[in-house]
Amino acid sequence: MTLTRAFDVKSLSLQRQGRIGFYAPCAGQEAAQIGSTFALRQDDWVLPTYRDTGVAVARGVPIRLLFAHLLGNASDEMMGRQMPNHWGYKEVNFVSIAATIAAHLPVATGIAMGMKLRKEDKVAMAFHGDGATSEGDFHTAYNFAGVFKAPVVFICENNGWAISLPSSRQTASQSFAEKAEAYGFLGVRVDGNDVLAVYKAANEAVERARRGKGPTMIECITYRMGPHSTSDDPNRYRTKEEIEEWRRKDPIERFRNYLERRGIWTKDYGESVSRENETLIINAIKEEEKIPRPEIRTMFEDVYAEMPWNLKEQISDEEGSASN
Amino acid sequence: MELEGADFRRRRVGFQLTVINIVQAVNQALREEMRRDDRIIVLGEDVGRDGGVFRATEGLYDEFGQDRVIDTPLAESGIIGTAIGMAIYGMNPVPEIQFLDFIYPAFDQIVTNLSKLRYRSGGQYSCHLVVRAPYGGGIKGGHYHSQSSEAYFCHTAGLKVVIPATPYDTKGLLLSSLRDEDPVIFLEPKRIYRAVKAEVPDGDFTVPIGKARVAREGTDISLFAYGAMLHVGMEGAELAAKSGIQTEVVDLRTLVPLDIDAVLESVRKTGRVIILHEAPKTGGFGAEIAALIAEKAIDYLKGPIIRVTGYDTPFPYTLEERYLPDAQKVLNAINKLMQS
Repeated sequence: MTLTRAFDVKSLSLQRQGRIGFYAPCAGQEAAQIGSTFALRQDDWVLPTYRDTGVAVARGVPIRLLFAHLLGNASDEMMGRQMPNHWGYKEVNFVSIAATIAAHLPVATGIAMGMKLRKEDKVAMAFHGDGATSEGDFHTAYNFAGVFKAPVVFICENNGWAISLPSSRQTASQSFAEKAEAYGFLGVRVDGNDVLAVYKAANEAVERARRGKGPTMIECITYRMGPHSTSDDPNRYRTKEEIEEWRRKDPIERFRNYLERRGIWTKDYGESVSRENETLIINAIKEEEKIPRPEIRTMFEDVYAEMPWNLKEQISDEEGSASN
Repeated sequence: MELEGADFRRRRVGFQLTVINIVQAVNQALREEMRRDDRIIVLGEDVGRDGGVFRATEGLYDEFGQDRVIDTPLAESGIIGTAIGMAIYGMNPVPEIQFLDFIYPAFDQIVTNLSKLRYRSGGQYSCHLVVRAPYGGGIKGGHYHSQSSEAYFCHTAGLKVVIPATPYDTKGLLLSSLRDEDPVIFLEPKRIYRAVKAEVPDGDFTVPIGKARVAREGTDISLFAYGAMLHVGMEGAELAAKSGIQTEVVDLRTLVPLDIDAVLESVRKTGRVIILHEAPKTGGFGAEIAALIAEKAIDYLKGPIIRVTGYDTPFPYTLEERYLPDAQKVLNAINKLMQS
């Protein structure tokens, strides 16, 4: 969680300095993201959103790779084809991200259906926000998951805001969790800023899915402490009081206080963790900023398994164009 | 370019030939490949117990069971979206969209996920599946059971678009599509599902994706067509032959990737071009073919490129036979082009 926060803070500042093009911060949602991911085995699958940096960190994606992606350089796993935050790491079963809200949810259900058809005890975990619950694909994915009893766990990170719209503009329901009931499975609400509560709920849901008991939705009540993205100014739509109120519920502070009270977290330990995080991040940026852009031809690769004639023609047009 | 029947001559000795129609060819290809490849999952609305509203999947549920022939809830984005998930997970799903007209709720899944998965993940993930959908007019289906909207899919990088016109090509191209590494939109001309019958080998054979076929040789005009319109083009060519005009009819078979060599070879031979499709004219795939010919072979042209197409209207009900190109309209275009 502290590494995710340090990465988040640094990425925002890199964007402000013009060193990366864009960033969508996750600060405030670390407990929801990491508490849930920790309930999974490494052979389970995750389908996160662009705000789920904490999921990538918790799955063990190296920080260098994350920066490579933010920079869009030649060592980026996405080959610099996607804008920042659209992660994807096959090695840790982290499915690459589309920006279209909720479009990954039917895919998550499909992966879980595949796991069930193959009679494996794996689980797919899909993440989405409160805004996503208004999309048709949310309902379709939940409906298919319910009908086929697919081993999928939906983590709804209800962070209060879908860019400028409050949750009350996404639903007239009392909660998002109750929507799961309409699809025939359990929906639970947890304090999404309490990492242990999230972990406990996720663990139960994952175990249920593994035992063939079907899907669960976990609504994590949390808060997006920063802007929607580096292109957003949240002062236009929410009050300083609200932000301050949630700052006092910062999930990292809360967990640290808890650990301190139990004598697990000490000042020295905290300082050494901060130093380690800082060193890791600084070195990663330094190395990744040395790496050049991907070559022009990579723009034309991977559209098809085998490059068709029109793309071959377009490569030579582009490589021969005057601007090179 | 391959001539009609060239594939037959290459078939392995011992294959039985049976006369079947296009919908039977679909069924045969699916059935035979499902026996060979247990990763294949058929899913869609009414595809299981009912065998599909056109009976394309008839008998598959009984033979392969409910885990491989899945009756889904009524939601196209769910059919394609979950199929994409299964494909990422290493299965080989074949979702059926009951009518191409119903594919639009799944359009986002196709454009956002299916077409881009390999590219956006830097080649880490791929997503092979074959979306089957009956398409086109001529069955008195009105707006929502008649559309020919292939151009949308041709415009989306990452998809292949395959449209057979004969039972032989249907089976051979569907088998190729099922073994391809890319997502394939496989459009079946439902108007001729049962009307066109031909001898097709019972066993395994393929027709390559991206290869056109000369359905009729000629020296005066090149007529490019696909799907149900291929047969309309052939009729028009026969009518023109009565007055001595020799029309070469090229069945494109695959729109993406287009067999550009076959197109240009025919254009260089005849110097006159008609493009025939039932989709609306504006932004139709004919415009792409015309532009390619203009870019690459304009010096060979002896007259304007003419498009014979559906009109820029929604698909009509009562007047559908006036909307759809027919042999007379093709003949008119041929005569006009010969006089220009």
